[in-house]
Amino acid sequence: MINILIELGFALFSIVIALLVGIAFILLAGESPLDAYHALYIGSIGSWREFLNTLWRATPLIFTGFALALPFKAGLFNIGGEGQLLVGGFAAGFVGFYFTGIPGGLHVALAIIAAIAAGALWGLIPGILKAYKGAHEVITTIMLNYIAIQLTIRYGIERYRIGGRQALPTIQDSAKLLRFNDLAELPVVGSLPFIEAFALPGLRLHFNFILALLAALFLWYLLWKTTTGYELRAVGFNASAAEYGGISSKKTIILSMVIAGALAGLAGAGEALGTHHTFMSGMDAGLGFTGIAVALLGRNHPFGIVAAGILFGALSQGGLEMQFVGIPSEIVTIIQALVIFFVAGLQMLKWFLLKQREKGEAE
Amino acid sequence: MRTKVISLIVVFSFLVVGALAGFAQPVEADTFRVGIVYSEGGLGDLSFNDLAQAGLMRAVDELGIEYGAIEPDSPADFNPALRRFAERGFDMVIAVGFLQAEEVIEIAPEYPNVQFAHIDQAHEDLDNVTGLIFAEHEGSFLVGALAALVSETGTVGFVGGIDSPLINRFEGGFVQGARYIDEDIQIESAYADSFNDPSRGREIALSHMDNGADVIYHAAGATGTGVFEAVEEEDQLAIGVDTNQNHLYPGHIIASMLKVVDVAVFTAIEDAMAGELPLGENVVYGLADGGTGITSLTDVDEEQLAYEEGLIDEDELEKIRELKDRVTAPHAERIEEIKQMIIDGEIEIDDWSETGRQL
Amino acid sequence: MAEENNYLLEMRGITKIFPGVKANDNIDLLVKKGEIHALVGENGAGKTTLMKILYGLYDSDQGEIYFAGNKIRMTDPQQAINLGIGMVHQHFKLIDTLTVTENIILGSEPRQGVAINYREARRQVEEISNKYNLKVDPDAKIQDISVGMQQRVEIIKILYRGADLLIFDEPTAVLTPQEIDELFEIFNSLQEQGKTIIFITHKLREVKAISDRITVLRDGKSVDSVNTEEVTEKDVAELMVGREVLFRVDKGEAKPGESVFQVENLQVKDNRGIMTVNGISFEISKGEIFGIAGVEGNGQTELVEALTGLRQIAGGRVYYKGEDITELSAREIKDRHIGHIPEDRLRRGLVTQFSLSENFILGFHHQEPYSKNIFMNYKAIDQHAQSLIQDFDVRTSSHQILASKLSGGNQQKLIIAREFRQDPELLIAAQPTRGVDVGSIEFIHSQLIKKRDEGTAILLVSAELSEVMSLSDRLGVIYEGEIVKTFAADEADEREIGRLMTGSGKEVKTGE
Repeated sequence: MINILIELGFALFSIVIALLVGIAFILLAGESPLDAYHALYIGSIGSWREFLNTLWRATPLIFTGFALALPFKAGLFNIGGEGQLLVGGFAAGFVGFYFTGIPGGLHVALAIIAAIAAGALWGLIPGILKAYKGAHEVITTIMLNYIAIQLTIRYGIERYRIGGRQALPTIQDSAKLLRFNDLAELPVVGSLPFIEAFALPGLRLHFNFILALLAALFLWYLLWKTTTGYELRAVGFNASAAEYGGISSKKTIILSMVIAGALAGLAGAGEALGTHHTFMSGMDAGLGFTGIAVALLGRNHPFGIVAAGILFGALSQGGLEMQFVGIPSEIVTIIQALVIFFVAGLQMLKWFLLKQREKGEAE
Repeated sequence: MRTKVISLIVVFSFLVVGALAGFAQPVEADTFRVGIVYSEGGLGDLSFNDLAQAGLMRAVDELGIEYGAIEPDSPADFNPALRRFAERGFDMVIAVGFLQAEEVIEIAPEYPNVQFAHIDQAHEDLDNVTGLIFAEHEGSFLVGALAALVSETGTVGFVGGIDSPLINRFEGGFVQGARYIDEDIQIESAYADSFNDPSRGREIALSHMDNGADVIYHAAGATGTGVFEAVEEEDQLAIGVDTNQNHLYPGHIIASMLKVVDVAVFTAIEDAMAGELPLGENVVYGLADGGTGITSLTDVDEEQLAYEEGLIDEDELEKIRELKDRVTAPHAERIEEIKQMIIDGEIEIDDWSETGRQL
Repeated sequence: MAEENNYLLEMRGITKIFPGVKANDNIDLLVKKGEIHALVGENGAGKTTLMKILYGLYDSDQGEIYFAGNKIRMTDPQQAINLGIGMVHQHFKLIDTLTVTENIILGSEPRQGVAINYREARRQVEEISNKYNLKVDPDAKIQDISVGMQQRVEIIKILYRGADLLIFDEPTAVLTPQEIDELFEIFNSLQEQGKTIIFITHKLREVKAISDRITVLRDGKSVDSVNTEEVTEKDVAELMVGREVLFRVDKGEAKPGESVFQVENLQVKDNRGIMTVNGISFEISKGEIFGIAGVEGNGQTELVEALTGLRQIAGGRVYYKGEDITELSAREIKDRHIGHIPEDRLRRGLVTQFSLSENFILGFHHQEPYSKNIFMNYKAIDQHAQSLIQDFDVRTSSHQILASKLSGGNQQKLIIAREFRQDPELLIAAQPTRGVDVGSIEFIHSQLIKKRDEGTAILLVSAELSEVMSLSDRLGVIYEGEIVKTFAADEADEREIGRLMTGSGKEVKTGE
């Protein structure tokens, strides 16, 4: 509990420092820092709707954060979130538009399963290469990112697209992920008293966020309550000891990469089925890579990643409002980068402080 | 203990900042307000987005409008960005680029009192949207013809941004123009899959030149700067797009295909203020009305402006003048003839965005 | 005691309190100039804490330190170094890819302008090396030299910085018997040159062999300081443990049953692909301890790993209770109730970032009641941990702390508890008491004998000859991947075994 407070304190502290340094840049651009940060606040958590939209932004980042964190627990560095997201998104978008006449719930489910399967496959390949050939996962996952881009955007979209957009055809209505502002129109659920709170125009939040929360619970349970998680953590901490304990590191490596791929695939599914209603070029928008920072900030803990994802979501959602009040987009980007920089940098400071404190503690 | 204190301070300072920030409130005003959402790739592309901004700035100066602008980082930004302007009571929202089509279709009907203008995208059945589209194939036909006239190798090249109907239109005009001059001309054409990847543009241009191309036309936004780089490296010739790019690499860019996005944006704002924007319809800018065209092949009046702004020095201006005298001026009459024939309907150009690519 | 002014170092009334623990409780340590002073005590007695205070790594809560007659207060190691105090840590702080000379001068390089004067550095290193009889190759890379050599580099490093008082933290734990002898020669030559040495250890034989005086710590207090020649090993052991210690292992006659474990012509390669186990054969019966003695690095590690499924077997067969287990995985072998105490508890035996509870089930986590299907049952796991902590006297405040927080002896007890509780019918114990204090050694030895008497077949691999000799019912000597000779316990002769271990017995074998 104390640890959580300390982690939280440090995360907030980093953000404050980043914003303070950001003031210099805003002044340099001749704008008012107060206005800028007010806009950041208004645009991200200043209203109920923007808060929900922040959650919408956070959703894919939470998933890609997971995709880094889980293999990290097993001692692997999965840079392939981007590619796994793309193939997942493509699979979901494809199933979403290609098949017609499937009942609503089933169609969404099939599209999501397709995304999970495609992402999992994209994690399985580097997993197998690592486990059996010792090929370094950083290299193989980066390569697979490129392959995913070529496969989905260059060939996939080219093959099926209609009209000008670099995108697959729009998915069928039956494949669309439920958006929160459609809740009020549902039978039963729609009659709940609080449900109108979600019936807001421009609310983009969709049910992939719920899936992200469920995934956080799932990961937490998997890591700390199952033999799989036990084995995974053992391999990550000390592969030799795990081997001694009869744990197959090969199996563990592959499994962690497969689950990670599936989770990144879910990020893609959410973007395709919930956000864009299609699979489109540029949809990944570096989400896979930002996920690395999210996982870092979230200390590779499922719940920490949810919190970190929301912070990053707030930065991009609030960044729009900053641009709206006239802060140049470059400054917005700088402030976002400063937050990442200081969060990472202050982890070092914390490490140092803990080290100092250890001076006063038994071995 | 120390860390606990730190976290307390942090939480406290958050509260203070939040409270202080509450004082700054946006000001409501009676002036005409225009919001613009740029295309992906954003400002600094030296063509499309920058032109839209130029038109907007002209409107700020001459018409006294207020404006807001957002450069999207990802496609997910389009929707909240457009909506932000519409719901905050902006009078007019300008969407730049066809990538935002779905979002305009979704949002415009929700704000019937807001006038939408959408550059590069035709719309049907939307009562408060005007599509501003350009007959790029007409201007491109001219530069295609010029390329074929100038080429010594009998091979010309094209570099597109994203393989899409819009860019196909540029490509189609260029190809047909070149073939109009020389039926057997070799045409190297490829797409970079991005409007914002100069290094890829450079690679493609280099491979075109390997295959013999000595004049390369691009319709690739910021990707095009890579094309120019490559052309300068290999000492060959290029043709710019959208705006007058001749001064970017003096001595290497023989002409630019003009697409007056700035004029279109300014005119649309002017019309919207007067309530004369043809909502529910599309406005097509073509060769006849100066909406598309080609930079002067003989004089350097326009480049003179760049010189006066300090973008190029005297030597560079001289280079451009020398290039025009030597390379393009001899063909000026012929191109003028062709232009007139297109306007008069004597030459019919296929629009590849409708017919598909016919390489 | 002796005349006051003779002391180079006086630490008086040192107290250091960590949350919940008094690690040092009013400790006095008086070291005379030019002596070799042994600081002994069980793990957790406060030796390391005391030395870290002296070296400036910790700050003491109470007490005074006088060095060469002046009162000092250490704030950081640099200050200690400046005063002439140097420390050789148990885990060397060397950079593998740099040369010996580069490591030695690192941080205080002789310079010529802005460049390092490597020639001068090399000369100084050679000078120190010759003066103290510390033979090293100044140009060799650390990664290419033996552990004993690396330790010499550490010693030269602190001499290079002008140390007069040298602190050694368990220097023999990582050394082979030959290297230990060489280290003691170095101690002697350091002493001859007027250096003072503090030597932390819990190996009483070494204390007796090399030190002049001994200070014994127990439970954070200084129990006594004695002149080495006036006491016996047994006396010191009792001071350390606070009760009578049984030095001879109290074991009855073995009653071997049927043969349960047969190894036939086993061949195993090491990581570099070199055949390090070269046709070893032996068998072990129920209720019998078969010991393998040998200098480390003669194939013991690979042998044990091969038998426990951790390393591929290149040739030969292994049978357990009539079943061929040559090809089985580590888990399959574990599931057949074959226990394994690994030689390196930190590398193999424990996941130090796991809690004690989690470590107590390593290798058994997939079995009921600790888990069912894939779901862990932490209640059962914690209960299991608590009962083992009690039964095997693992000293810890809780079963939830990380294994890294335990002392070495208690870590070893954890492993032994884990392996014993599964009722192994065959136990493979490699270096079971390495780096473990006297009290724990006694406990571990008695547990091994107890298991034997219950009918377990035990393979004991140890570099401690005395351990192999006192515990084994039969023993073999391993040299360069072969068992050169096998003895019955009562025929074993320490001198002959020592000879065989170092290879001079090879001809004997071929002559037989």
